[in-house]
Amino acid sequence: MKIAVCIKRVPDSETRVKVANDGRSLDEAGVKFILNPYDEFAVEEALRRKEAAGAGEVAVIAVGTAASQETIRTALAMGADRGVLLQADAVPADGLAVARALAAELQDGGYDLILCGKMAIDDQSYQVGPMLAERLGLPCVTAVTTLSLEGGKGVAEREIEGGVEVVEFPLPAVVTADKGLNEPRYPALKGIMAAKKKPLAVKPFDGGTVGVAVTGMGLPAERQEGRIVGEGAAAVPELVRLLREEAKVL
Amino acid sequence: MAPRFQGIDFYDGDSLLSEEERAVRDTVRDWVEDELMPVIAEHYLEGKFPRELVPRMAELGFFGANLPEEYGCAGLNNVAYGLIMQELERGDSGVRSFASVQGALVMYPIYAFGSEEQKKRYLPALASGELIGCFGLTEPDYGSNPGGMITVARETADGWVLNGAKMWITNGSTAQLAIVWAKTGPIEDVSSIRGFIVPTDAKGFTAKDQKGKLSLRASDTSELVLEDVHVGKDALLPRSGGIKSPLMCLTQARYGIAWGAIGAAMACYDEAVSYAKNRVMFGKPIGAFQIQQVRLAEMLTEITKAQLLCLQLGRLKDRGTVTPQQVSLAKRNNVDMATECAREARRLLGANGILAEYQAMRHLANLESVYTYEGTHDVHSLILGQEITGLSAFG
Repeated sequence: MKIAVCIKRVPDSETRVKVANDGRSLDEAGVKFILNPYDEFAVEEALRRKEAAGAGEVAVIAVGTAASQETIRTALAMGADRGVLLQADAVPADGLAVARALAAELQDGGYDLILCGKMAIDDQSYQVGPMLAERLGLPCVTAVTTLSLEGGKGVAEREIEGGVEVVEFPLPAVVTADKGLNEPRYPALKGIMAAKKKPLAVKPFDGGTVGVAVTGMGLPAERQEGRIVGEGAAAVPELVRLLREEAKVL
Repeated sequence: MAPRFQGIDFYDGDSLLSEEERAVRDTVRDWVEDELMPVIAEHYLEGKFPRELVPRMAELGFFGANLPEEYGCAGLNNVAYGLIMQELERGDSGVRSFASVQGALVMYPIYAFGSEEQKKRYLPALASGELIGCFGLTEPDYGSNPGGMITVARETADGWVLNGAKMWITNGSTAQLAIVWAKTGPIEDVSSIRGFIVPTDAKGFTAKDQKGKLSLRASDTSELVLEDVHVGKDALLPRSGGIKSPLMCLTQARYGIAWGAIGAAMACYDEAVSYAKNRVMFGKPIGAFQIQQVRLAEMLTEITKAQLLCLQLGRLKDRGTVTPQQVSLAKRNNVDMATECAREARRLLGANGILAEYQAMRHLANLESVYTYEGTHDVHSLILGQEITGLSAFG
């Protein structure tokens, strides 16, 4: 079983972020970066597939700055076999450019399965997995919570509005992971040491023409302070009126 | 739900750590958050060591992590090892004590004084948690003066016979093997002290849980009695000799304790900051009162100093130039500062501070033991005094 996992370095969801002086990027000073949590599910799933098969290879591929090597090594510490960084000055906002570069790297790799997170928690574009599948001419199943593979075929469950959808697809395919797919392991200390010795190839990123650019970025407006409209039953009509006319929630 | 523990890093100490040191720290931090924190208060109240956590700790590589990979260990440097101790003690001193004893007081002496055969036989099994060990040095009447011990080992035709009693032995009732220190010569001959690997199921060996502890309640502390315990010739640690050997083990453990104390202090500080921001009294958060701000400022200052102290101590240890006196200074300073942080945090938390639901008083009670074990605070003062003046104030 040969599996590729596409991963991304993102700011920790518990970090307080600031917009940089240019007004369209993140101020990275003091920000902790992590392996995108949805990609972590993808890495874990790939490792479990390889372990269940008793043989195979798990390769992790990232598009990012040089700092993404650390993120790749996190996946290697979890147990992936080798890493590839397609090094860019910055990750382009255009998901298609990222997908093109990943497709070029993966197309002749002979992978049985390509896993991605369903989205990156920083830009939340949901684009790269499906676009990558399109570029490779492979079926794509997104936001998967259960996956089984057998005899060149995959069956996946996806959570849809109010229920579960079961889909079947031939391999190879691109599958994007959702929360619930598995419980990712911690990188064990021996794994962290072993990761230093695993191959990590760095290649220049080439995504072709970039069609989308970020022109501005801002923090959400501070929440307004609550206000007390009155006390007891007498205040109810006014409260209902405000909820209906001002807040428009009734 | 309380936010995940993010560490305290006022001086960007992270930038002084390597990528793998940070990765090791983060793995232990996540494990403590996810698997230790939810169960620790209950174990503490019940006076029970969370033994069910041992296999996971072993699997992740927490035991003897600074020993070489060829013996099934992680082969980490000493800074990474220290960070493991820090994060474990952020959870609980008793759990850190378990790992300290297993790694620094059982695996280390086998590694340092054992034969190749002993190392191959025991170290991988101890690293994997298949075997649990304890360390028998202290006796009922010989604590700060271990050289006075009266436990003896007499050589026979086919091995050794041990007699004596050991006290305050962490993991004593849990362990399958004990590293027991005994005199092989006359009782006044300190140079005749040797170490032995004693199986705890040997005839004549008994371990008894020490009841009534108000500190380190999530840790097994036992008394060991050895009555004509026969062991083979291969039980002797061949390269051990004199009181220096067990003291070398203690230096390893004290090194980890100096780091561990930072963890306990960070836990208390973190809890105190969060409480100070949320607890409202006289119409404002208590963190807005000067007296609480002074408390928090003191804590942060002392934690930051202790972090920088330990980091340099670890770099010296990795360089191979660290002295036992430098370790003494760090153990003495950091445990004392952590105890103060825990006490001040407990006070800041007011009445809530006495509940097991919060961490401060559990840490405070634990740290009183840590203050006393592995060389009391006062003994470390004398070690430093001797180093400074060249004059011994012992005895």
